[in-house]
Amino acid sequence: MRILTLRDLEMAGARGTAALYPSQTKIMVGMATCGLASGAQEVYDALLNEVSRQGVDAVIRQVGCIGWCCKEPLVDVLSPGKPRITYGEITAKRVPKIVEALAQGEIVKEWAIGRLDGDENLIEGTKRSYLADDAQVQVMNQVPLYKEIDLFKDQVRIVMRNCGIIDPRSIDEYIARGGYLALYKALNEMSPEEVIEEITRSGLRGRGGAGFPTGLKWKFTRQSKGDTKYIICNADEGDPGAYMDRSVLEGDPHTVIEGMIIGAYAIGASEGYIYVRAEYPLAIEMLTIAIQQAEEYGLLGQNILGSGMDFQIKLSMGAGAFVCGEETALMASIEGRAGEPRPRPPFPAQSGLWGQPTNINNVETWANVPVIVARGGDWYARIGTETSKGTKVFSLVGKITNNSLIEVPMGITLRQIIYGAGGGIADGREFKAVQTGGPSGGCIPAELIDLPVDYEQLTQAGSIMGSGGMIVLDDRTCMVDLAKYFFTFLKGESCGKCIPCRLGINRMQKILTDITEGRGKEGDIELLEQLAVTVKGASLCGLGQTAPNPVLTTIRYFRDEFEAHIKEKRCPAGVCRELIEYSIDAEKCTGCGRCVRVCPQEAIVGEKKKPHVLDPALCIKCGACYEVCKFGAVVLS
Amino acid sequence: MDASDFSVSDIEDILGHHPYGSDVSLIAVMEELQARYRYLPQDALILLSERLGVPLSQVYSVATFYNVFSLVPRGEHLISVCLGTACHVKGGDKILDKIRRELNLESGDTTEDYRFTVEEVRCLGCCSLSPVVRIDNDTYAHLTQERVPKVLKKYQPATGE
Ligand SMILES: Cc1cc2nc3c(=O)[nH]c(=O)nc-3n(C[C@H](O)[C@H](O)[C@H](O)COP(=O)(O)O)c2cc1C
Ligand code: SF4
Ligand code: FES
Repeated sequence: MRILTLRDLEMAGARGTAALYPSQTKIMVGMATCGLASGAQEVYDALLNEVSRQGVDAVIRQVGCIGWCCKEPLVDVLSPGKPRITYGEITAKRVPKIVEALAQGEIVKEWAIGRLDGDENLIEGTKRSYLADDAQVQVMNQVPLYKEIDLFKDQVRIVMRNCGIIDPRSIDEYIARGGYLALYKALNEMSPEEVIEEITRSGLRGRGGAGFPTGLKWKFTRQSKGDTKYIICNADEGDPGAYMDRSVLEGDPHTVIEGMIIGAYAIGASEGYIYVRAEYPLAIEMLTIAIQQAEEYGLLGQNILGSGMDFQIKLSMGAGAFVCGEETALMASIEGRAGEPRPRPPFPAQSGLWGQPTNINNVETWANVPVIVARGGDWYARIGTETSKGTKVFSLVGKITNNSLIEVPMGITLRQIIYGAGGGIADGREFKAVQTGGPSGGCIPAELIDLPVDYEQLTQAGSIMGSGGMIVLDDRTCMVDLAKYFFTFLKGESCGKCIPCRLGINRMQKILTDITEGRGKEGDIELLEQLAVTVKGASLCGLGQTAPNPVLTTIRYFRDEFEAHIKEKRCPAGVCRELIEYSIDAEKCTGCGRCVRVCPQEAIVGEKKKPHVLDPALCIKCGACYEVCKFGAVVLS
Repeated sequence: MDASDFSVSDIEDILGHHPYGSDVSLIAVMEELQARYRYLPQDALILLSERLGVPLSQVYSVATFYNVFSLVPRGEHLISVCLGTACHVKGGDKILDKIRRELNLESGDTTEDYRFTVEEVRCLGCCSLSPVVRIDNDTYAHLTQERVPKVLKKYQPATGE
């Protein structure tokens, strides 16, 4: 069934609306990778069972991740005329009670964590209320609205507008929320140049790390001469600790596809690739379905929307190499070679995939495009700061209370993110720093908590915006160990083509290892700084050029911690194994024996109900006893 | 499964559903081979190079460059321990050590009985659930050293699979 006219699009949208807001109750389960890992599949199966057992008139659908990862598995219930209620931390065991309540038109208040009274169709700028005029929803009104909840109150959802709302396997639901209208508008009402103009006006900058202006990049590729032009979506998401792109691909694949078709029109490309990392099987599955649906609707393929435009998208899978996120390495990988970067110029805009003009953008960059085209560049540019427009998705993880995925306007402060949305540091510990930008970025210390988050501010602080991973660190994170971690990572991922990167990273990793293992020497810090200059200056690609950043920022802000390791052979955070010792506090030990059972070395002995002792000579410092002790009797020094 | 199970028809089969021509993706074909045998048998690579007309040196370069490929046989269950940043700061390395101890893996990554292969990965995209371990297609969230033996047991023969 091909879509050719606006009327066709509206009809698909009407089908989607009927699926989104059915006449009976709809139960939604968040079934992205994070939900599944928390047990969403069992919950889904239990719901199917229970609904049929109790004979309740309800449909059960799967949705993507709304970002409330710490409360997973999430189950949402939407009954006609009533608010949508989100239940958190639902297990299969809890399902019968929820379905029972539902059958009686009630809710289970103790598990209900959020409420939506309606939603917004961002593309068309319209709002929909879920509430019937005579709705009797007093109990439900005691559940906080999303916009009253700390995690959501500062969020502006453009990229994630559909995540957790639609079934990612339904193109109709995507269309019901204004999907492919922007494409229709671009093809029918705008010239390619006008599309580029709109993107330029929006101020959109690349979300893959470097923040290059997207409109300008498109313009270069458009102006470039070549037989075939390509566009690529970079879904390699190599930054460890970041999963924004995965969530978007799993929760709303069509927004990326629509963005790419619009981009292809603007640039004059006839073929596109999405390069997805192998670690994301579900994203690959969702994309495969979405591409097929778009082809069936004639939104991909030949004569798209009857406009005469031809464009197709192919999927290309990564194979576990971080450097393949770098654009020239990525193209080598698509071509079937080892992913080694090559010098630029020529830039991909002149000579990219198979030597043809190529435009590459990140998943999140593409996902912004439909909204910008639909609402206009000026509308978009009103969000954010002077130089950084729009929103950014961050994965807020590590030692934070609310492990989550959030989308916030640029310019928001770290404090708002960490203490607002994030709910502060987990376990009541002390905030130490936040790592942004992954292996190319750095650690921003607690004293810069009021820093507004935009490209320039983060760079000034010695880190980068990067792709959006924010790993929150507390007083039990050792900064030297973390620097070593990044170098160990990069040592394994450097492609080895240039000597400064290959040997320099290796050397720096060794020095850091020595420091963390008590062999640090006077002058090591200065040596690291010297090596950093060489590696930064003499490496070919971004991996080498930015590799020293993690250590440079940690030296800049946490020099005393380096010195404690080097001079006093002490790890203040209690992380570096060679520098710590475990023992048992006889006053606190109740002799419960739990530590004895987990110790792999039989290093702990003692009579039942009497204080135990730990033999440091046998201890391998695995920390298992420390993790299980409920009485705080295992002491780390 | 070992190298003797490899057959020419398997390769033909895999190649069969990839379009021939200049842009048949070598990596995609190799990924399928890897998925089928859990490693890349040498004879399969030679045959692949002939069939695709890609120099063997390039096939080898690809096979050794990417982390998902293995040139030696791997265990029946692949344990991927995440050592991404979020998992690292939550003690992912301790989980890795614990798993290796439980499986008596002193050196090497594959147990003698070819039941398990342990690999380190850098982020599975479930950072909110760190530390994370994936065994085959199952993801284990918030794993602790204490829970490791129980999790591994699920994949041991005694309990039946
Ligand atoms: C070592 C390295 C790894 C990279 N990894 C990624 C990645 O995983 N995802 C991504 O979108 N960009 C990554 N980039 C940036 C890309 O090279 C490229 O700049 C980006 O995809 C352009 O898209 P954008 O303009 O939309 O940001 C990486 C760069 C380097 C140097
Ligand atoms: S800087 Fe490092 S990763 Fe980049 S091309 Fe050189 S050796 Fe390879
Ligand atoms: S860091 Fe372990 S899943 Fe991302």
